[in-house]
Amino acid sequence: MIHSLFLINCSGDIFLEKHWKSVVSQSVCDYFFEAQEKAADVENVPPVISTPHHYLISIYREKIFFVSVIQTEVPPLFVIEFLHRVADTFQDYFGECSETAIKDNVVIVYELLEEMLDNGFPLATESNILKELIKPPTILRSVVNSITGSSNMGETLPTGQLSNIPWRKAVVKYTNNEAYFDVIEEIDAIIDKSGSTVFAEIQGVIDSCIKLSGMPDLSLSFMNPRLLDDVSFHPCIRFKRWESERVLSFIPPDGNFRLISYRVSSQNLVAIPVYVKHIISFKENSSSGRFDVTIGPKQNMGKTVEGVIVTVHMPKAVLNMNLTSTQGSYTFDPVLKVLTWDIGKISPQKLPNLKGIVNLQSGAPKPEENPSLNIQFKIQQLAISGLKVNRLDMFGEKYKPFKGVKYITKAGKFQVRT
Amino acid sequence: MTDSKYFTTTKKGEIFELKAELNSDKKEKKKEAVKKVIASMTVGKDVSALFPDVVNCMQTDNLELKKLVYLYLMNYAKSQPDMAIMAVNTFVKDCEDPNPLIRALAVRTMGCIRVDKITEYLCEPLRKCLKDEDPYVRKTAAVCVAKLHDINAQLVEDQGFLDTLKDLISDSNPMVVANAVAALSEIAESHPSSNLLDLNPQSINKLLTALNECTEWGQIFILDCLANYMPKDDREAQSICERVTPRLSHANSAVVLSAVKVLMKFMEMLSKDLDYYGTLLKKLAPPLVTLLSAEPELQYVALRNINLIVQKRPEILKHEMKVFFVKYNDPIYVKLEKLDIMIRLASQANIAQVLAELKEYATEVDVDFVRKAVRAIGRCAIKVEQSAERCVSTLLDLIQTKVNYVVQEAIVVIKDIFRKYPNKYESVIATLCENLDSLDEPEARAAMIWIVGEYAERIDNADELLESFLEGFHDESTQVQLQLLTAIVKLFLKKPTETQELVQQVLSLATQDSDNPDLRDRGYIYWRLLSTDPVAAKEVVLAEKPLISEETDLIEPTLLDELICYIGTLASVYHKPPSAFVEGSRGIVHKSLPPRTGSSESAESPDAAPSGAPPSEQPAVIPTQGDLLGDLLNLDLGPPVSGPPVATTSVQMGAVDLLGGGLDSLLRSDVGGSPAMGGTGFTAPSAVMPANLGPPPSGGLGDLFDLAGGVGTLSGSHVAPKTVWLPAMKAKGLEISGTFSRQVGAISMDLLLTNKALQVMSDFAIQFNRNSFGLAPAAPLQIHAPLAPNQTVEISLPLNTVGSVMKMDPLNNLQVAVKNNIDVFYFSTLYPLHILFVEDGKMERQMFLATWKDIPNENEAQFQIRDCPLSADAVSSKLQGSNIFTVAKRNVEGQDMLYQSLKLTNGIWVLAELRIQPGSPSFTLSLKCRAPEVSHYVYQAYETILKN
Repeated sequence: MIHSLFLINCSGDIFLEKHWKSVVSQSVCDYFFEAQEKAADVENVPPVISTPHHYLISIYREKIFFVSVIQTEVPPLFVIEFLHRVADTFQDYFGECSETAIKDNVVIVYELLEEMLDNGFPLATESNILKELIKPPTILRSVVNSITGSSNMGETLPTGQLSNIPWRKAVVKYTNNEAYFDVIEEIDAIIDKSGSTVFAEIQGVIDSCIKLSGMPDLSLSFMNPRLLDDVSFHPCIRFKRWESERVLSFIPPDGNFRLISYRVSSQNLVAIPVYVKHIISFKENSSSGRFDVTIGPKQNMGKTVEGVIVTVHMPKAVLNMNLTSTQGSYTFDPVLKVLTWDIGKISPQKLPNLKGIVNLQSGAPKPEENPSLNIQFKIQQLAISGLKVNRLDMFGEKYKPFKGVKYITKAGKFQVRT
Repeated sequence: MTDSKYFTTTKKGEIFELKAELNSDKKEKKKEAVKKVIASMTVGKDVSALFPDVVNCMQTDNLELKKLVYLYLMNYAKSQPDMAIMAVNTFVKDCEDPNPLIRALAVRTMGCIRVDKITEYLCEPLRKCLKDEDPYVRKTAAVCVAKLHDINAQLVEDQGFLDTLKDLISDSNPMVVANAVAALSEIAESHPSSNLLDLNPQSINKLLTALNECTEWGQIFILDCLANYMPKDDREAQSICERVTPRLSHANSAVVLSAVKVLMKFMEMLSKDLDYYGTLLKKLAPPLVTLLSAEPELQYVALRNINLIVQKRPEILKHEMKVFFVKYNDPIYVKLEKLDIMIRLASQANIAQVLAELKEYATEVDVDFVRKAVRAIGRCAIKVEQSAERCVSTLLDLIQTKVNYVVQEAIVVIKDIFRKYPNKYESVIATLCENLDSLDEPEARAAMIWIVGEYAERIDNADELLESFLEGFHDESTQVQLQLLTAIVKLFLKKPTETQELVQQVLSLATQDSDNPDLRDRGYIYWRLLSTDPVAAKEVVLAEKPLISEETDLIEPTLLDELICYIGTLASVYHKPPSAFVEGSRGIVHKSLPPRTGSSESAESPDAAPSGAPPSEQPAVIPTQGDLLGDLLNLDLGPPVSGPPVATTSVQMGAVDLLGGGLDSLLRSDVGGSPAMGGTGFTAPSAVMPANLGPPPSGGLGDLFDLAGGVGTLSGSHVAPKTVWLPAMKAKGLEISGTFSRQVGAISMDLLLTNKALQVMSDFAIQFNRNSFGLAPAAPLQIHAPLAPNQTVEISLPLNTVGSVMKMDPLNNLQVAVKNNIDVFYFSTLYPLHILFVEDGKMERQMFLATWKDIPNENEAQFQIRDCPLSADAVSSKLQGSNIFTVAKRNVEGQDMLYQSLKLTNGIWVLAELRIQPGSPSFTLSLKCRAPEVSHYVYQAYETILKN
């Protein structure tokens, strides 16, 4: 099981260590540093590294490496999932998962880690339970604590800890009972030179914010549940009901959580909301090239495409770029060779265009690789797969909650090859 | 106000200050101080000196303070075992606390204090807690058993905790069940023999019930435990699968993968005719694909596992090719894995798409990835026959880009394509040849040379091409040298007339100038083969090669089956069974897939199935040395070995002679097919040999065996390159160059006689003056044919040491007279002393010690050997080749001391002590000998041997 955890920042300092069994010397991280050196980019450090006596399994989040040390045969996914959960918890507690936040709250961090893992076995990882055990820091609480001398540690056993619904605490009370669902879909796509789709799929999630008193039992039904054939559920969902009736039936956790995530991959269902016309070419034996990119909306059920940003990793030989844009602004980072074009909204009447000259290092050979365009965008009030929530029913409680559903479509890993 | 203040230090002793604060009366101050201590601990500072003060804070009602103290205790109890005892009472008291949170906390913390004395006190509270009314306490106690077992296994067994733990599997609370399973699994891992988790249908049922209700982590433990169960029949397997399937929709990817493992394993028992089998296959695909949308680290582990799954059951993901398409911002480790799976899934149906993608990747920035993509195209060609043509044309397109590393990779894979589809795509050779000059990587050069050699008959200037490679022969890597040798021999066998010189050149480069034993061996074997039986040589070297298999990198089926049982674990990431890498795996039990129960399918069960082709990293493009040797020996095991004793002296020379004869026979057999004449061994040059596979004359065989013996045992002593002894100017046009060698116990003088005059030379004879060691020719100089102008003859003159003795100065001076029809010429030369080192020069240890002491100290001579960056072992083996034997090796103060002995032909023993300092290229050599005048020459011999 998980033996130790080291948190390492980008400059290679170990700024926190925690051992759940015997103490493992910091020197074990040298193997990690070695691997880090080998991988040119921080993102390319392999997640599983073997050393003579230990295995190092790491994740990279928010510029911090979470490096766990294990000694026996343990499922690596289990470790990676747990590490992400740790990072999520920090995020949840401190608002951000950064080195400063962790250092500022080091004692809470330590208490949390102790509470999350016992002898390497996960103990309490649900944020609801953790928050009952260890209260998150707030300015008000720290002031109150310093005056009254009370602690930010729960004195009693968390109620959800052992019930069949560990994700929910027993006594929840709200004056305003609300239940909100955000249907968020991200389009992952690879578009080839000619504009045809090489690969496209939709990664969808339904994130919920539920503030309901008591023990509400909810059922969420869809207009077109057939779309959902590849789904991952929050543990609260009753799988049997879904199998038989295609209805999501659950007693929700309190607060924010991810209800389901799903994937829609059949090509015909994935509409690509934008198209790109592009010419990026470099002349042989001359130190310049041409750049001309136009972006336009496709049929989007009448919704506007907004928040459009195009990023291009230009070849190494590019020195700078002289471009003019008809809309939005562009920046070129000459060190990282990244062109960023922030467009904003696309109006179908006047298509945004960016064109001009690319200057190359003189004498450098014509770049071989073709840069890919990475595109971000957002479409409000639309789930591109067509998924629609039909109704939400509540049982078990008498009050009438306020209900709301929001849809949004975004670009995920959306890239256009040139 | 944040915790970062705890890190600030004052100038005064930090520990001192903290001590004062810990002993403060104010609760608030105490707590702050403990927090500071914890903060220091988190960054690895040693605050163990505060142990007694922190422990004093333990008796408190404040839960937070208690927890902090417990945190501290866990870290430092080990280093302060006596002080830790002070805490025991509080622990025992806390275990009785009415608040279950405190009871659990106490038992949990006690288990983490790895001090033997404390564990004794732990037993009673633990026993109570295992039976506690509150499930929270029970589940914490279950984990504590595992902790205790880790500290003191015997104690846990004696106290009967294992049985209590087993009972907890039937607990009413699912969380308790999950923790009990986790604890038992961990204990079982360190004690594989103890039958802790003997599951029966009842307990399985309990586990499956708990599975639905426990936390995600508990589900992982339970699923991993289920995977070890062996259902008694396919009905039970199916019912377990049915109850596990819902886990595939879990949000936690580790749960999903563990469920996949259970299903993959139990599926083995289901009959393929069942409807359920098909349903299950369909259900497995989506969750696997979903794993690929997670964070890159998760993707990586998932991909490694998918790699196993597609090898076992390709049908699951055969329609999901596109999800493995690479995005340019994937981390490199994800990219490479995706590529691998793409090739495994490539089939006729999707090959067009795959190729288009691969071609796209070949223009990416990342060099490693581009290389792998190019290689992947080649693998596609080999895997999907219908696509071969398209693959080849894609590769040609890529070669046209002239990007250096792309071209090189492409050539390497094209070589494999030729192996798979011979006589189909050779038209592209011309294009390949155009890029010859740009190849600078050994693998690409070797591949190109292989192609040239294999298709020599279609390449007009094959000899020129190969010759151009030969120029820098010594600078090439071994891989290239070996290929070049083989390619030139192939070329020679195909076009014998024009390439005789080339083949002689490469053979002598390989056998005489190279110190690589593989190369030399292969050179000798070719040489012998060509000289004894060129027809057989043709059959061996140009034999039709078996087609390379479709996929060479598949995991061997039995290993694959074992790995399937380890899906989701480290083993699946490394693609090795845990026994191969888990440290301290005390006799890991090998897992295997359950046999299929449906009788009609029994042939399919892995146990019955023949284990498929052994895996090989690279397709065997050229027959390996072993194969060649095997072939050779098969050719002629008929006649008894009766090598004439003199024949052993000059294998090389025999071979040189023979090549001429061999060439003749080769030509003749090409023309007429009449029985060819093989000149075999210089003792029996006129032996007649049938053209085909009849047994060759025994002389040749004897030579061959002697050669093998020589190579095997002493691999020939060092031979210096030939130097000119007698320049043509001084000898009326006769130039003699030569060197000395010692092979298989016989000394010979290898001469190269060149006629640089305008007239024919004949009637050669040779004589030595008396010399220090009695060296004398053992046979007359045999040059049968007259030497025409500008002709060179290579000859090896066997020597013995029974001539008359006269001490020379320098000691190793040899005066030689050579006579021919024109005149008599004199010259003198120095021979290296090591040709006189005899084979039985190894002294007994005891004897060595005695002799060393016996020889007076004034006879000891010391020398420095500089700039010789060899390790002791390398030195030892190198010297052994020249009959300097290491008697003993010792390591004194980091220095390696080699004690060596050697014996000269006249029976003089020389003892040596070689001191090698690691890291320093200079050695110190001390020599002791009863005849101290030889020491200097022995040192010279050392120097020559070590530096060549």
